[in-house]
Amino acid sequence: MTDNKKVIAILLAVAKKIESEKVFLTELDTAIGDGDHGINMARGFQKVEEKLPSLADKDIGVILKTVGMQLVSTVGGTAGPLYGTAFMQAGTTCRGKMELDFAGFAAAFAAAVQGVKMRGKAEPGEKTMLDALCPALAVIESEVKAGSNAGKALANAVQAAKDGVAYTKTIIATKGRASYLGERSLGHQDPGATSSLLILQAIAECI
Amino acid sequence: MVGIVVVSHSQKLAEGVLELAKMMAPTANISAAGGMEDGSAGTSFTKISEAIDEVYSDDGVAVLMDMGSAVMTTEMVIESMEARKIKMIDCPVVEGAVVAALEAMAGATLEALEEKVAAARTTKKIND
Repeated sequence: MTDNKKVIAILLAVAKKIESEKVFLTELDTAIGDGDHGINMARGFQKVEEKLPSLADKDIGVILKTVGMQLVSTVGGTAGPLYGTAFMQAGTTCRGKMELDFAGFAAAFAAAVQGVKMRGKAEPGEKTMLDALCPALAVIESEVKAGSNAGKALANAVQAAKDGVAYTKTIIATKGRASYLGERSLGHQDPGATSSLLILQAIAECI
Repeated sequence: MVGIVVVSHSQKLAEGVLELAKMMAPTANISAAGGMEDGSAGTSFTKISEAIDEVYSDDGVAVLMDMGSAVMTTEMVIESMEARKIKMIDCPVVEGAVVAALEAMAGATLEALEEKVAAARTTKKIND
């Protein structure tokens, strides 16, 4: 499905997508948060972009763990430790690997989502990034079992994440800054779920 | 002496908490980890790491946090310092820091300090 060089290209694409949508992410976060999600994510991924060339000949595990450390060190808001942990946990499943097949990708993605759950102490239904990530993961895992083509599976996973983002509009936040707003968070889509969707879209566009 | 670290999204807030704590406990070993390295709002893995390094001793360190990513980032810093004796204390940051500084200065162990500081969660400000 991919190799270490392609992983770097994918991460560059993710960084570019985040940068291009940072204003939108910040607007979402202004409505139900502290108004810094887009700015923070762009800052973190800018640093990731700068770091990537030095990782050109490293294995996928090292690349992902380095991305994770970079994010927790520079994002600044909750997305830092959450995405940081996600990438670091994904990295531990790819230790020493220069290539990744679809099953390997699914295992890395599952580790990433488990990392977010562990770090954020949240579950789906609380209006967080998990509401995009968990449906996407469920699709990936069933597509791997069915022996599907990675490209098609990722497109389906992106759709599940999109549906998850739409779902976040219909629920009240019970985690994060938005939880301080209670019912006032209804009707607004979650910024973290949105950035998760963007990341998945960037990955899917590369495969 | 147990060291104390105050973690906040705001540099000014962390420094202000230190100022208050030191008024009551001038020789407490307390450091601030507020804001990002460029001074903007947020929590910094590096600042928290360095603040712990500054006050660490075998007596251990108590970390107090304002909210959200202050807690999660601190958790990740502690995970990176496996061998050390560090406790995250669930308490309001201002009141907790004052109690922590007093207890530390009086020579409390980290465990005893944690109990006293956690009690700051329910201490009333306005008396009947």
